[in-house]
Amino acid sequence: MMPDGKTTAPPARRSAPEVTLAGLGKTYRGAARPTFTDLSLTCPAGRITVIVGPSGCGKTTLLRCVCGLEDTSAGTIRFGERDVTKVDAERRGVAMVFQNYALYPDKTVAGNIGFPLRMARMPKPDIERRVAAAARLVRIEDYLGRRPSELSGGQRQRVGIARAIVRGPDVLMMDEPLSNLDTKLRAEMRAELGALQRQIGATTIYVTHDQTEALTLADHLVVMRGGVIEQQGSPEDVFLAPRNTFVADFMGRMNLIEGKTADGRLTTGDGAEARLDGYPAGREVVLGFRPEEVALGPAAEGGLTVSAPIERRELLGTEVLVTLRLGERLLRVRVPVGTPLDGTITVSVPPRHLHFFGADGGRIDFAAEALPRRQVSSR
Amino acid sequence: MDPEARLAAPRKGGQPVTKRSTSPFAPGQIAVHVALAAGAIFMLLPFWLMIRAALTPEAEIFSGNMLTLGTVTLDNFRRVFAEVPILRYYFNGIFVVVAIFIGQVIVCVPAAYALARLHFSGRELSLWIVLGALMIPYQVTAIPVYVILAQFGLIDTRSALILPFVANAFGVFLLRQFFLAIPGSVFEAARLDGAGAFHTLFSVVLPMARPALVTFGIFSFVSHWNDYFWPSFVLRSDAAATVPFGIVRFLDAELGSDYGPQMAAATLSVLPLLVGFLLAQRQFINGIAMSAGQVE
Repeated sequence: MMPDGKTTAPPARRSAPEVTLAGLGKTYRGAARPTFTDLSLTCPAGRITVIVGPSGCGKTTLLRCVCGLEDTSAGTIRFGERDVTKVDAERRGVAMVFQNYALYPDKTVAGNIGFPLRMARMPKPDIERRVAAAARLVRIEDYLGRRPSELSGGQRQRVGIARAIVRGPDVLMMDEPLSNLDTKLRAEMRAELGALQRQIGATTIYVTHDQTEALTLADHLVVMRGGVIEQQGSPEDVFLAPRNTFVADFMGRMNLIEGKTADGRLTTGDGAEARLDGYPAGREVVLGFRPEEVALGPAAEGGLTVSAPIERRELLGTEVLVTLRLGERLLRVRVPVGTPLDGTITVSVPPRHLHFFGADGGRIDFAAEALPRRQVSSR
Repeated sequence: MDPEARLAAPRKGGQPVTKRSTSPFAPGQIAVHVALAAGAIFMLLPFWLMIRAALTPEAEIFSGNMLTLGTVTLDNFRRVFAEVPILRYYFNGIFVVVAIFIGQVIVCVPAAYALARLHFSGRELSLWIVLGALMIPYQVTAIPVYVILAQFGLIDTRSALILPFVANAFGVFLLRQFFLAIPGSVFEAARLDGAGAFHTLFSVVLPMARPALVTFGIFSFVSHWNDYFWPSFVLRSDAAATVPFGIVRFLDAELGSDYGPQMAAATLSVLPLLVGFLLAQRQFINGIAMSAGQVE
């Protein structure tokens, strides 16, 4: 699955600042360990930075620190030139879209959207105008008189988005805004959010645990685990060249096989083998490949070939997700519907889709050398 | 299986369920209605007797059938209005319950918000104190409160009726539970929207608390309108008297054993609450059944 369909972004709005975090540390009072220490991150101006990671990795805490809803123990936060580390949340000028919408239950949709403008003491006619414009942008202009309890989840989230953008913020935060929506709605809103961000041009920080959202929305992608940034870069870089096994597995569910290379083979700890052509022998590696990047039949020139018994098959629509057993481990591969699936199957992965990691989990780059082919199957 | 067949089919135990037990004329249904009617009559009978006596001339109250309305007269009411300053009592009553409620809103809403949402040292202790106050009936602290009021020279004034009730533990507790049910993100959204402490309280919290305040208001109005103990404790004359206190005073002093005017006075004392209930019926029932606001 590759990020696509993203058109060239328009030039970033001039006033949208670059958000810079330097040496940021945060420990909750009474916690055994800090949530993160010495964390540094630059979010490009006017673009979407997506922070993705498993639950508990600290991404939401990071977002709340940038907003001002949490204090930091160390480090600085800058919006452009402006140091906002000690500035109260009410005065930082960031807007946020919440996971559970956080709408004011007693106010109408118009009242909800207009609230930040009321707090900014804007004259009423201006408020009405901007509320109408924001409502049109998210397509809820027909619901301005309703209360949140009378709206569906998707409509409520649109109100939340409208309220966040109505002030024309320079910095916009989104905390898993699509998590509470059903799958189909999520896909629609994802596209809308991307288009909306390009239209308003705010520097956006978007937190999610969903890798699809991360890959499709991000201009700059940050993968976090346990309070540490494991990798950051463009979605293509992160997806095509994961820096370690965690990123490889988190973004795209990579199959990982640890073993030792030998002449034309990869031997795993439990004695299973797969054919591996073109790589130096005698190395302890973790080999990775993605389920979608396999071809049927043995490898033509170099690369990995696996012949293994089928444990399970699951129909995904246009493809079948086949689970193979190689020794003690299970591998997942996607094959087209209609492939004969009895007993054993042989699949291969060309060198360009192979990823190697060392025993420490870090990425290794080999220069592949051509070697003659031999056929070996797993035991 | 369609409903008819399902009803007629044999159930566990072998008895077919027939339609008869669900029709309005079935023996079971009739028994239920008779029981309910008996209960209703039992509860309404005293009120009926009161109204009947209020509308019947003095001489005929105990004669003849005591359940039917014979001659109707408004003399009893006229006498009450002439001899009892009932309008003053009404005014005092309304003044006192409204003042108490406004005071309670001013004190209880911020207190409940602080206990629900703010973090400060002494928060746990404050909560326990509120819960403790909730468990002590106010009659227990009546004497110390009387002494304080006396020292401020407030005995026999409306202030004595209002001030002791302004800080209400039940109100704080009820509102706190309501605020706790609201997701914290709503308050965070308010902060990010630029609302400082003042605006959070008045533009966000207070409007949101309306359902809880209506519930609490109803309890507050009813209990303080009907309160006899406290006025009898702190009032000497009827200058600041509310309806129950004033009427009882006059019952003893002026109306003696004239049951007609007494019942008229009693009717007048119940009337405002009845009217209020009819007007606010929907909120009243919603308030009793209120589940602490599920809001999003």
